[in-house]
Amino acid sequence: MAKLTKKEVLHVAELSNLKLTDTEIKKFTPQLDKIIEFVAILSEVDTEGVSATHQTTGLINVLRDDEVKTDEALTPDQALSGTDTYNGYFKVPAILTERSSE
Amino acid sequence: MNTPLTIKETQDGLKSKKFSAVELVDLYLSQIKKYNSEYNIFLTVTEEEAYKKAKDLDNEGIYSNPLSGVVTSYKDIFLTKGIRTTAGSKVLESYIPAYSATSVKRLESAGAISIGKLNCDAWAHGASGENSDFGPTKNPWNKEYVPGGSSSGSAAVLAANMSLVSLGSDTGGSTRQPANFCNLVGLKPTRGAISRYGVIAMSSSIDTVGSFTHSVDDMEIMFDVLRGEDGLDGIAKDFKKREIKSKFRIGIAKEYFTEGLESEVHQMIDDVRKTFEAMDIEVVELSLPHTKYAVPVYYIIQPAEVSSNLGRFDGIRYGNPRDNFGSEAKRRIMLGSYVLSAGYYDAFFDKAQRVRTKLIEDFDNAFEKVDAILSPVSPTPPFKLGKNTSDPLKMYLEDVYTASINLAGIPSLALPSTFSADKLPIGFQLIGPNFSEHNLFELGRRYHQEINYKPSVAF
Repeated sequence: MAKLTKKEVLHVAELSNLKLTDTEIKKFTPQLDKIIEFVAILSEVDTEGVSATHQTTGLINVLRDDEVKTDEALTPDQALSGTDTYNGYFKVPAILTERSSE
Repeated sequence: MNTPLTIKETQDGLKSKKFSAVELVDLYLSQIKKYNSEYNIFLTVTEEEAYKKAKDLDNEGIYSNPLSGVVTSYKDIFLTKGIRTTAGSKVLESYIPAYSATSVKRLESAGAISIGKLNCDAWAHGASGENSDFGPTKNPWNKEYVPGGSSSGSAAVLAANMSLVSLGSDTGGSTRQPANFCNLVGLKPTRGAISRYGVIAMSSSIDTVGSFTHSVDDMEIMFDVLRGEDGLDGIAKDFKKREIKSKFRIGIAKEYFTEGLESEVHQMIDDVRKTFEAMDIEVVELSLPHTKYAVPVYYIIQPAEVSSNLGRFDGIRYGNPRDNFGSEAKRRIMLGSYVLSAGYYDAFFDKAQRVRTKLIEDFDNAFEKVDAILSPVSPTPPFKLGKNTSDPLKMYLEDVYTASINLAGIPSLALPSTFSADKLPIGFQLIGPNFSEHNLFELGRRYHQEINYKPSVAF
């Protein structure tokens, strides 16, 4: 298997919403490369006709009645606790900027 | 007064007024005050809440619930309403949950006294406790050694006699390995036996709630309090306790005895085998042919699920921004993104799920012949702090005897057995088919009776 490149590490970091420092890129690239090489051993297992296991419980579509359980529900204040809020809403970074005058 | 090391001893003492619940809390807290800064076991101590509960119990004076007066503590990935929960990470260093995990609620309504939240590898990623963003926990049996991980504090807390029982989690060995490194009983239950509600998710197709106790009897009490449906975790289900077998047959997998297994651990397994045979339990050799693929499968599926679960920590809804993740969390998130990304999904993630099916078939075939499988937990006795920190892959190989059990969803009971030449605990695990926990308890109990096992603490 080809060596993991810096470009691939930066791509994966972007997919992961992580910003890496140069030191981290230097540290992680060989470490991730070694791990990927190790797990790639699975290619030698014959899995022709073998189905994939997603879970082990065998349960399918576990549903409950659609009823409000007030004793288990969080109050709006509880639901918003532990984060920055504004007028009872979550505060998020702006994704749009104001149009400049030009 | 000596601190009791079993639930029975605790409750007998309370009922006969030998000591009060408040006096018990006094004892554990004095131990915490004396040793916690040196061993770094608790991240948060809930002294006030513990005294309040103890006083209530003493005023009532009945102590008739299954865990009345039992002092307990939680790995810091269990949500506790109004009490800081960090997951061992700087991302959540000041996060206060609005509700408690089902397991926490169940222990408390069964009479347990919660005394605090325990250090762990951040997000439960690790096999030594050294990935905690709050510094490593040290092994109470020898502080130059790791207590195991990722439930490092949950094991050390019992060995240091700071709580009678504790909760951890087991996604790839994170309860059984630290239990072994700290001379304790540890249980990885069947998937779906215990609700995961309110436990910060790591790998959603593998995570389980783990428990730590000093004895098998106590583990059974804990398990029966914790298990069953709560209507909040779709996989949690009720099940009937199976009839306890009178005659057992145990298997040993030849694939478990490879190069990486240290001779002291190998010797201990041979001794345990002889003990079982002396108890008139048949031990047969069998094969789990895909064993060597378990760690590779685990280090594809688990990081993939980690990358998804940790996606929600974006600094908006919970805690601090993503640059607060430590190195191991970043590695696993990136590894997960990689195996799920376009061009690699089929070769890695999908392939791993298919090999996972083969691993499960190995166990299914084995359990047609035997009731339980005897196995090492860790390939080595406890190792020194710093030994494996520079090479993540080497740390991952700690999971060689544990991860396949999680991938298959089946239960395993880790049992303390003896001490190494360096006076460090070593033990083994008994792996069983789905929902066979009570039979594993029976086997474990019989083994401990046979060797006249007595619980002990480091200090």
